[in-house]
Amino acid sequence: MIETHPTLTQQEFLAKERQHKLQVRIVRTMIFVLFLSIWELCADLEMIDAFIFGSPSRILSCFIQMAADGSIFLHMGVTLFETLISFFFVVLIAVLCAILLWSSRSIAEVLEPYLVMLNSLPKSALAPLLIVWLGNNMRTVIVAAVSVAVFGSILTLHTGFSQTDPDKIKLIYSLGGSRKDVLTKVLIPSSIPLIISNMKVNVGLCLVGVIIGEFLSAKAGLGYLIIYASQVFKMDMLVMSIAILCILSTILYQAIALLEKRYL
Amino acid sequence: MKAKLEVRNLHYSYHTLEGETQALSNISFDVKDGEFFAIVGPSGCGKSTLLSLLCGLIEPEEGTILIDGIPRQDSDAVIGYMLQRDHLFEWRTILSNISLGLEISHRLDEAAKERLLTMLDTYGLLQFKDARPSQLSGGMRQRAALIRTMALKPDILLLDEPFSALDYQTRLEVCDDISSIIRTEKKTAILITHDLSEAISVADRILILTSRPGRVKAVMEVRFEPEFDRPLSRRNAPEFSAYFNQLWKELKLHD
Repeated sequence: MIETHPTLTQQEFLAKERQHKLQVRIVRTMIFVLFLSIWELCADLEMIDAFIFGSPSRILSCFIQMAADGSIFLHMGVTLFETLISFFFVVLIAVLCAILLWSSRSIAEVLEPYLVMLNSLPKSALAPLLIVWLGNNMRTVIVAAVSVAVFGSILTLHTGFSQTDPDKIKLIYSLGGSRKDVLTKVLIPSSIPLIISNMKVNVGLCLVGVIIGEFLSAKAGLGYLIIYASQVFKMDMLVMSIAILCILSTILYQAIALLEKRYL
Repeated sequence: MKAKLEVRNLHYSYHTLEGETQALSNISFDVKDGEFFAIVGPSGCGKSTLLSLLCGLIEPEEGTILIDGIPRQDSDAVIGYMLQRDHLFEWRTILSNISLGLEISHRLDEAAKERLLTMLDTYGLLQFKDARPSQLSGGMRQRAALIRTMALKPDILLLDEPFSALDYQTRLEVCDDISSIIRTEKKTAILITHDLSEAISVADRILILTSRPGRVKAVMEVRFEPEFDRPLSRRNAPEFSAYFNQLWKELKLHD
């Protein structure tokens, strides 16, 4: 295993691997550059209507213009803030509820059909109801986002919790432990990987929920910007918002992936 | 010698919606203080159920278990239980794994920590105290699991096929290693196994159970000359194959 001087075949293998990785990276970048240039070219040559389809340069200038007056950062900030708050609540509520369901078989069996139903319900249908209940404000957006992610998350965590190795639980009891010891010494620590991988899914779902919420009830945020831009037919602004959303969701996902790497 | 553990007319059944399965029927036996007692039987004869009953993880439907003459539920005797696999937690270091029992019973003070370090040293694991379980070999992991059990100073040690998850060679070595430790500490131990040679190589007496429901078929005494006191050397003793054949016949009888 421990080889201080790699053999020739090993060096060849490593060189091959490096080359493969480089190729992947080059093709990836090329697709991106090619896509943008063709788009730009088509718009310039008026093969497509730049007013409807936008163009990379128009999107960029729209971004620069909105960055200059700072308004784009307000919208990004609002969306990011709402996503993080709802994400925090989803993780908290899901972990607590999953522990509650694990701690009592009766509660779990009673609530299961309700959770399954709420999980499969399209949450966008709830949003208009939430506006009436909670008003046209950020609270509605956050509750909508939480509702999108939380039920599936509870079910996933509960399934994971109930698959904890029964022999590890037996070990705790044989050492004189109680159910609380099983929870703190086995269940929670052994479920950390599950909780983090579930967080990766949740952060994306929260963003979906926030955008749905902002479509319907918001005065700021990227979802609001998208709706506003489509209503006043500013297609540059609309496509720009979508591009920013792409970047934002990638950053959020990578942040959790980084957390996973650090702690696992 | 006085009996450390007395088991009288033990019955136990498992209940499921499909029906009732009798696991143990009318089990009675004694284990003397400091004795190494083995229980053998075909798989599914309720061996593990018996250990769970002795440990108090489940309550018998009928019958009594006395430790030093006191009913198990009233006794303050500590019972150590070693499971089939070591179940060391990967998210804890070796030191923190072996502290688990003391941590649960809120007895992890400085003196206890000192004692754990001494035990690690005695069993040759001191340099691995901050290592993760995955960095240890199967044998070392099983030894760490033994320290975790011994840290609670058990009066009786229950071993539920603790070597069955190891490969054959390691298994012989670890069995030799662990049973020598138990003998040096003069612990009363009950070993469950389906490996007849393992039972003969470690035990003073062997209890033979029938297949489901488990009943006591026979108790066989095993005696070796003092020069064959370790499990590995017992396997080379002339009496070994005779004991093996006797045990084999007992198990085959009426089956």
